[in-house]
Amino acid sequence: MRTITTQEITKAIKEMCIEANHTLSPDMKAVFQAASQKEESPLGKKILDQLEENLIIAGQDMIPICQDTGMAVVFIQLGQEVHIQGGSLTDAVNQGVREGYAEGYLRKSVVSDPIERVNTKDNTPAVIHYEVIEGEALHITVAPKGFGSENMSRVFMLKPADGIEGVKESILTAVKDAGPNACPPMVVGVGIGGTFEKCALMAKHALTRNLEEPSPVPYVRQLEEEMLEKINGLGIGPGGLGGTVTALAVNIETYPTHIAGLPVAVNICCHVNRHVNRML
Amino acid sequence: MEQHIQAPVTREKIENLKAGDYIYLSGTIYTARDAAHKRMQETLDQGKELPFSVKGNVIYYMGPSPARQGRPIGSAGPTTASRMDRYTPTLLDMGLGAMIGKGKRSQEVIDAIIRNKAVYFAAIGGAGAILSKCILSSEVIAYEDLGTEAIRRLEVKNLPVVVVIDSQGNNLYETAILEFCTGGNK
Repeated sequence: MRTITTQEITKAIKEMCIEANHTLSPDMKAVFQAASQKEESPLGKKILDQLEENLIIAGQDMIPICQDTGMAVVFIQLGQEVHIQGGSLTDAVNQGVREGYAEGYLRKSVVSDPIERVNTKDNTPAVIHYEVIEGEALHITVAPKGFGSENMSRVFMLKPADGIEGVKESILTAVKDAGPNACPPMVVGVGIGGTFEKCALMAKHALTRNLEEPSPVPYVRQLEEEMLEKINGLGIGPGGLGGTVTALAVNIETYPTHIAGLPVAVNICCHVNRHVNRML
Repeated sequence: MEQHIQAPVTREKIENLKAGDYIYLSGTIYTARDAAHKRMQETLDQGKELPFSVKGNVIYYMGPSPARQGRPIGSAGPTTASRMDRYTPTLLDMGLGAMIGKGKRSQEVIDAIIRNKAVYFAAIGGAGAILSKCILSSEVIAYEDLGTEAIRRLEVKNLPVVVVIDSQGNNLYETAILEFCTGGNK
């Protein structure tokens, strides 16, 4: 049994919210640089250069990379040997978001109700996904999600007979429809299998996976490579203004599913694919 | 073609802009996004005056992050324009000169752009830090209770934007893709 206090958790979440909104992870920077060299459109190249400069300014001057500092999506893997002391874990996470968005001069973009739409003024609540795992560690991933790209995400409930070709078509349809709205070059997270909600959650989680590490499953890795090439062949390009770099990466997760179904979720993220990991 | 444009804009200037032109915009512009557009529409429905005259003016679809001390504004990039489509034709018919956003527009908006000889610019989505450097001052002029969604008057210098839909309805999002498309999108 190990004890972790809610204060430690709040502090970690606060720092992670601020870090995620000002500095992209090394894998994002790496795929960005690789993409810049591949872009064939002069305007596309110019936009990619400006986006790289934007990242430098954001880090140096502490200006958020994007004004949409997102809704805070938090993945928590809680070791079953951990005892949380000092109150509710969920409250501790939300307090961290509250403090991070205030102290980090981040935009408060959350409304308390989807219809009544009154801003909560502190960017809470976060969307928190809990998973209980073995051991006595607490793994936290903070992934602030912008809604320009979130709005272009899709779930397709395919038939088993649609097979892998159906999956490919679904991914391409989502990306084509997203076009310039999703702030390309995008990162495409895909969940295949499970149930309606499980595939969506996998698609979201896939966006937090290291972009330089392909899937360990051979056919999935192949699919990731093939889809990246097909997406870049759409011509959408940086900013949607034409070019050969439409996506920076395609990350896919899979899960067992029902004999009657083939759910596919496509969660699109812009080039500001923010994710910070920490283990307590 | 690269051009420098001053806001507010004249119809004559707008008619010279072609889809694909790279523009450096300077002068006075206004911010408004979802909630401000909804409120402007309600204001018009009640027969009242808008908080600023849209005639010849430029609306930037943008809700900034908070400014740190000593700075005019925080991160300040464009938001998705299509969410404003429902309200836009009315504003264009009232004389709105130009809009800055990102992403596709509805056919109704494109028709209103042509009808009124207006223009739709795209700024680079997700480049809020660099774009904030082009904003010299920012002042909330209406709907302060909406926080980031309040209407702001901005003084901008050399704000980089691209003409996406020009006054004749040419649409860069459609034409530029064809040039680089290698497969299934044609």
